[in-house]
Amino acid sequence: MPAKGWIEVDDLHCKGCALCISACPQDVIALDMERLTPKGYHPAHLIAEGCTGCALCAIICPDAAITVYREVPVHTKKAPASA
Amino acid sequence: MVAPTTPETKVVFKRPESFTDVTTHYCPGCTHGVAHRLVAEVIDEMGLREKTIGVAPVGCSVFAYKYFNMDFVEAAHGRAPAMATGIKRVLPQKTIFTYQGDGDLASIGMAEIMHAAARGENISVIFINNAIFGMTGGQMAPTTLPGMKTTSSPFGRDVELTGFPIRMSEMLATMDGAGYIVRRSLHDAKHIRQSKKAIRMAIETQERGLGFSMVELLSSCPTNWKVAPDEALKFIAESMIPVFPLGDYKVRPELAGLRV
Amino acid sequence: MAKELLKGNEAFAEAAIRAGCEGFYGYPITPSTEFLEYMAKRMPQLGRAFVQAESEVAAINMVYGGACTGKRVMTASSSPGVSLMMEGISYIAGTEVPAVIVNVMRGGPGLGNIAPSQGDYHQMVKGGGHGDYFPIVLAPASVQEAIDYISLAFDLADKYRNIVHVIVDGNMGQMMEPAELPPMRELPKDPPSWAVTGAEGRQPNFLSSIYIDPADEEVTNIRLVKRWMEIEKNEIRYSEYLMEDAEFAVIGFGTAGRVASSAIRAAREEGVKVGLFRPITLAPFPKKQIEEISKRVKRILVVEMNTGMMLDDVAAIVQGRVPVEFYGRLGGMTPFPDEILDEIRRVADNKAPINGDARAEWISRLEKIVEEGR
Repeated sequence: MPAKGWIEVDDLHCKGCALCISACPQDVIALDMERLTPKGYHPAHLIAEGCTGCALCAIICPDAAITVYREVPVHTKKAPASA
Repeated sequence: MVAPTTPETKVVFKRPESFTDVTTHYCPGCTHGVAHRLVAEVIDEMGLREKTIGVAPVGCSVFAYKYFNMDFVEAAHGRAPAMATGIKRVLPQKTIFTYQGDGDLASIGMAEIMHAAARGENISVIFINNAIFGMTGGQMAPTTLPGMKTTSSPFGRDVELTGFPIRMSEMLATMDGAGYIVRRSLHDAKHIRQSKKAIRMAIETQERGLGFSMVELLSSCPTNWKVAPDEALKFIAESMIPVFPLGDYKVRPELAGLRV
Repeated sequence: MAKELLKGNEAFAEAAIRAGCEGFYGYPITPSTEFLEYMAKRMPQLGRAFVQAESEVAAINMVYGGACTGKRVMTASSSPGVSLMMEGISYIAGTEVPAVIVNVMRGGPGLGNIAPSQGDYHQMVKGGGHGDYFPIVLAPASVQEAIDYISLAFDLADKYRNIVHVIVDGNMGQMMEPAELPPMRELPKDPPSWAVTGAEGRQPNFLSSIYIDPADEEVTNIRLVKRWMEIEKNEIRYSEYLMEDAEFAVIGFGTAGRVASSAIRAAREEGVKVGLFRPITLAPFPKKQIEEISKRVKRILVVEMNTGMMLDDVAAIVQGRVPVEFYGRLGGMTPFPDEILDEIRRVADNKAPINGDARAEWISRLEKIVEEGR
């Protein structure tokens, strides 16, 4: 089962350069054309399920605007002996 | 969107501690921001924030001091290696790095960088090569590619009249005082990871007292190249790397076994 | 400590070390080179920093970096070298960090020569670099004074976070004279709060001369000029010789002032009531004292080893109350006491007003002297 992840894009830092969009292997990021950041950019956001938390978007992001989260499967916590 | 905060969630990537919360003035898609972040990440990982002094240049990264959460000074154009020398010699236990663009380092500051390397000055230099003068609006730099159009080479750089791009890493590698000289690129995630490792190696070189270290980073300037950010990254890969080959130009043998 | 026979440049360097200089960054240039050579030997012995830079441009920027750490740092150079340093000097001034710069002046402009001169008065006293700033300028006239004022220079630099120039000329740099060095001072344990040292357990410090918003730069300029007004109030220094009953005053600094003092002794023997006023701080300039003098003497003679750079400053203070005459030698020539004695005699007998320009009258006299000399 693929890992499940999320990204959080900081409106303060995102400049809508879209480099994260082309870096995303899952094609689940797009610019939010409904919204403007305080600096007047359309920020990047997740548009679909499928983020694996691979962080390629955050690595290419020139503004350190992306925080990446990944879900750690619960069963590994419940069965530490198997780890 | 709000991220889930259940105990099962782990943060795999966030802003480094050595960064302030200030939004950079860089244009959208400019890889200066990536280079800044890599330096901050390395300083975080090595636990050096409280003993590091940065030296900012003149050029697009003139405001670098605003973005790093550590002691900083601002040098005159091209003089960052001299200023860093002045600091390092009276505070030899501190970690000193300069952050310089190609106008700063390869044009007006040529003497200062060459002699800092020749002296084996125990400082680290982050050299951003984007083949153009960014801050003044896109003039020809010593690193501008043959044929490349800039506002001061409007018909394309004519090598008959303006000469050829300068390869700093290759030149500095000839210096016996240099401990670690490499060229990396910021055009994709893989190369960014390699760039970060190189920055780590440069600081490790300094911490071990192995002499002058420099990481040259091929960087984009979408605004002055007049292309979209992702096109700019392609330009690095396709046009800059052939002129400025990536590689390790000088690695002191003491560093050979080091894995970071 | 007893007096020893000391060579100027070396004594100045040792004085700097004893005042707590922890970093010397320089580039060789005649007639200041012995200063650097002495530092090259002595600083490493003490575990302090010495760097022979690739140029004066690099040297002053090393001073700039060192100064930002709060340590006492300096450079020593000579006229053409100091010209190259002007960029860094302006940055140091704009960043408000302390630094001491010794200029062993030589004949110019351009490459000029290596003989003693005072032709850098304007460059030193009026600033020299770009932008609104005010260096303190000390002009000692003997090896002993230079030793004393190099210590003072570091104290003033620290006190006001200001640039202090100590200007001497090749005469003083090269001469040997009996003098006494002060004891070695202990180095301070803690850096000043503004210094960059690594932000350990405190908020980061940032040192720069950049104020991108003109409103912020204006506030900085106000702070700099107010600090300067404070310096003007507190730090005026000068020396007077036989001035109590003087009817004529000679005003000269450094070597020119020193040569004039021998001429004044001779003139006194001839019955001419003449005295010497020698500014030691050329910036801040002893304006009040010169104004007072202009109210009680009949005539003033300014003596310099330049074309009358200080003359203009003196004339502006005297405002025509009494005639201000001038005598100077140029291009690396040092006046002899006899020449100045002749001038004192002439000035004492001269009842005529200065018609037009003291400089114009002097140059016609000098041209004759130069002609006869050949």
